[in-house]
Amino acid sequence: MSKRPQEDDASPGLELEAPENFSRGLQSYLIGLALAVGLTVASFWAVRTNLIYGPGVPVALVAFAIAQMGIHLVFFLHITTGPDNTNNVLALAFGVLIVGLVVFGSLWIMANLNHNMIPMKQLMDMQR
Amino acid sequence: MSMVSTFSPVDPNRIGHDNRVASAEAEALGRGAGGPAPKYIVVSYGFWIFLLSDIVMFSAFFAAFQVLAGQSPDMAPRFDLDDVAIETGCLLVSSFLCGVAALSARRRNLMATEFFLLLTGLFGAGFLLLELKEFTGLVVQHMGPADGAYYSGFFALVGCHGLHVTAGLLWLGTMMAQIWAKGFRQDILRRLVCFSLFWHALDIVWVGIFSFVYLMRFAP
Repeated sequence: MSKRPQEDDASPGLELEAPENFSRGLQSYLIGLALAVGLTVASFWAVRTNLIYGPGVPVALVAFAIAQMGIHLVFFLHITTGPDNTNNVLALAFGVLIVGLVVFGSLWIMANLNHNMIPMKQLMDMQR
Repeated sequence: MSMVSTFSPVDPNRIGHDNRVASAEAEALGRGAGGPAPKYIVVSYGFWIFLLSDIVMFSAFFAAFQVLAGQSPDMAPRFDLDDVAIETGCLLVSSFLCGVAALSARRRNLMATEFFLLLTGLFGAGFLLLELKEFTGLVVQHMGPADGAYYSGFFALVGCHGLHVTAGLLWLGTMMAQIWAKGFRQDILRRLVCFSLFWHALDIVWVGIFSFVYLMRFAP
């Protein structure tokens, strides 16, 4: 076998035949752990503190959650921009599209239906 | 044996490519030019497709929960945030230790692999115990899955994640036994890669759950 031409092309920690990369792999997992812990603490802090403007707290939670999902994808699941990951990234993009359609589509449709409903009190009066 | 040296480009002038990029592309894994991708790349790609479809399924549960919770906002119980924080910590540390176990396996260190897999499982079990404690507490207070739309959505979503963790623990035990009995064969290592992908993906789903199901209720 020819030796791997470009170390940077490979996802960190995914080579089944690279025993010498232990400390580098561990370093990557430690960075991921530290960032994930930081974002988790930030999320739990955001709902308890008075420092953040009240209506902004949900936005902060969403931002922290998406950031942490990104951290997990990069440092734990090794989704990278390397050539051996192109297929994974494309599949991920498609997955994100479907998740977005399902979640926001459902919320949008249900909110719209709710908006068009007869108010509950009026409905009750009609049934008398 | 070198597949790379016998590689002859279709475009001999390499229009639009400087030499460095061209050689990197030719030898890069996964673009077809350097020969077929290694099997573990193909296997983890297939498993990644499964994980994404699993996440799409979870997104339907998330959507159902959000809709049902939005229609009955006063139904939400006062969740114990400290328990949720400990659960989150358990799952995160478990995910990290699973990564260390995968690194140890790549080093062919049997005892370290088994040790870190065991720790992974213990933290996963700790997470499950706390979740079961919370579930039984809710059911005892008549907030079970049949007691209202909010709780149906909650138990479906969080319970489905819990079932995934349970299945993951069974898989973890199987992997420990297989590594012990069969050693670091390539097929066993590929299974271990798939398991660690599964375990990390469960952590991603949990990030969504603790942010949008638990913490969102405490937002002012």
